[in-house]
Amino acid sequence: MSTIAIRLENVSKKYTINHEKQERYIALRDVITNNTKKLLSRATSTVVNSKTTFQDFKTTEDFWALNDISFDIKQGDRLGIIGRNGAGKSTLLKVLSRITEPTKGRISVKGRVASLLEVGTGFHPELTGRENIWLNGAILGMQKSEIKRQFDAIVDFSEVDTFLDTPVKRYSSGMYVRLAFAVAAHLEPEILVVDEVLAVGDYAFQSKCLGKMQDVSKSGRTVIFVSHNMGAVSSLCDSAVWIDRGKVVKGGSVDEVVNYYLKNQSTVYSESSLCSLRQTQELMYKSFYITSVEMFNDKEQPTNAINFQDEIILKISLGGLPKERFSVEFHIYNELGQFVAVGASGAYHGIYFNKDVSNIKIKIGPLPLTRGKYTISLSLVKGIDGINTSRSDTWQNAISFSILECKPFINRDISTLQEGACIINQTFSEWL
Amino acid sequence: MNNDSNKLSDASEKQVKFDLIIEAGRTEGNYWADIWRFRGLFYFLAWRDIIVRYKQTVIGVAWNLIRPLLTMLVFTIVFGKVAKLPSDGAPYAIFVFSAVLPWQFFANSLSECSMSLVGNSSLISKVYFPRLIIPASSVIVSFVDFLISLVILIGLMIWFQFVPSWKMLFLPLFILMAFAASAGIGLWLTALNVKYRDFRYIVPFIVQFGLFISPVGFSSTLVPEKWRFLYSLNPMVGVIDGFRWSILGAKSNIFWPGFFLSLVLIILFLISGILYFRKTEKAFADLI
Repeated sequence: MSTIAIRLENVSKKYTINHEKQERYIALRDVITNNTKKLLSRATSTVVNSKTTFQDFKTTEDFWALNDISFDIKQGDRLGIIGRNGAGKSTLLKVLSRITEPTKGRISVKGRVASLLEVGTGFHPELTGRENIWLNGAILGMQKSEIKRQFDAIVDFSEVDTFLDTPVKRYSSGMYVRLAFAVAAHLEPEILVVDEVLAVGDYAFQSKCLGKMQDVSKSGRTVIFVSHNMGAVSSLCDSAVWIDRGKVVKGGSVDEVVNYYLKNQSTVYSESSLCSLRQTQELMYKSFYITSVEMFNDKEQPTNAINFQDEIILKISLGGLPKERFSVEFHIYNELGQFVAVGASGAYHGIYFNKDVSNIKIKIGPLPLTRGKYTISLSLVKGIDGINTSRSDTWQNAISFSILECKPFINRDISTLQEGACIINQTFSEWL
Repeated sequence: MNNDSNKLSDASEKQVKFDLIIEAGRTEGNYWADIWRFRGLFYFLAWRDIIVRYKQTVIGVAWNLIRPLLTMLVFTIVFGKVAKLPSDGAPYAIFVFSAVLPWQFFANSLSECSMSLVGNSSLISKVYFPRLIIPASSVIVSFVDFLISLVILIGLMIWFQFVPSWKMLFLPLFILMAFAASAGIGLWLTALNVKYRDFRYIVPFIVQFGLFISPVGFSSTLVPEKWRFLYSLNPMVGVIDGFRWSILGAKSNIFWPGFFLSLVLIILFLISGILYFRKTEKAFADLI
């Protein structure tokens, strides 16, 4: 039986919103003038204007960013916290990492917590890379001896060793982020709280970070990960909690919660993804172009959340007038922006469409892809048989879909293996 | 059966010992233990501030010597040569400098402290640590400046061939007193500056005004006897008098009732400053 690492009991956090003032800060002069005003108005117009003075006092409103949240996190759990913007995810992280106190309730923690709400917190531009490693390590809660021991590993990971004694203000933004993440990646707490810090750096570095995060979680430490990226949550976490308006909507295994979330968020989700309309500005100077794309599953139901080995159907509408016959291409990219697969009606299948065709259906699949979010770019290619062919229109990131579940083989324990980019057929047998 | 097993699991869960409980008002309890735990961070923050301070200015350390030196020169000329005020028998330069030293320490601390939290707002909203560390490290940085300026005093003593008496041995005590005064009032200003952002306009005024109402350029013996006790309501009067008593030796006489009034006030400021800071600290991340 695993023990509990973190227990939340009725955790609530209240913020008071001030309607009266537009300023971000309280200024002493305002406090003085307001109090004087109140005093004066009370003295002069107790009878006549009692209504207005009463309103002066009621200018604040309570807002519960977290409302009665309770759940347990077991040791070694990898918990994803999902929810839309402003749902209270960040507030929960802040409370967990003790940046702000809960208004009510209690959190019990076993083990050392390190939180990573931002990479490079406390980096000082005037200091050198070396100095910043020490400073940032201390800020993240590492002991001196720990930083000393990890120093070389941090430098290796960050790939900035030649610039170690240069002030970080002269670093490129990529180097800066790499160094910052390298320090964070070498934290060794029992419990790691991570906000969406992975959305940094170039693609190669991002995948390195994801890999490092996976290593951390596999070493048996407790990880709490907050993200919008369902693909990242699905691949990193084994359980999840969906928070909305400061309350827990659903908790459970990651697949269950993510599926439930996507189903119930479909109204929001579909607006951006099930059907995409092209921005008109993009098309101003084009004579032939794609105007919209819709995505369906193999039962012709609109969806963009599918499972391993499912098929998807894209319905494309075209606008403008082509001068000749044309073909269609699609490119699929994973969430790190890596090119995964390509399809081409002309080059691969010898299929060319007539000039008057304005709706095209593409069937893709079964998809052997592993869990994650994928985006599709679409292109129109004019010309036939590779002679004088050229892309007349390309729509980058036209539409996206997520592979939520990937269980290709019976008895596969997904937590023991890192999934590759795709699953290939395989048989194992004894060879004599 | 079912009930029984439930009870069992309840009992076993109670045995889990948690390392940390987060609750409203809970940080209070283990605050000082936390400060000890985060001493590494305290050290690094002070170290960062010192390094940055000397990296950013081209003349670096020299700047720290020039400022008090010029203040001392102006005061010596205006009060010593032009106004011909008494200097308790010591060379006027040393007389003035023994007051400029604690005053600059105090003034620097106030201005550094009051801006420290706002300047570190990104840290405060992203990482937990006892916030007291930030203004405390500002005071430490000012203290390093103070130690550097101490070199000038030694230079002046050699120049004027001024031999200090045994009272010099008590100087560390008065430095401690200056430290307490800087920290106490600094903490008040730090907390107030987070809450009321226009407080930062008041701080330079306090510093400028204080320079003239404190006995930096003149001796506090010039204040009429009956007002001296009242005059010591300014805590820096006690600190400066103490510095002069210790550095100038037999030539300076100190008004002890006033000195102790200042001392009591400083202790009150320090305690209330820490209490007020702790009280407002919880809301810092929300306010910043």
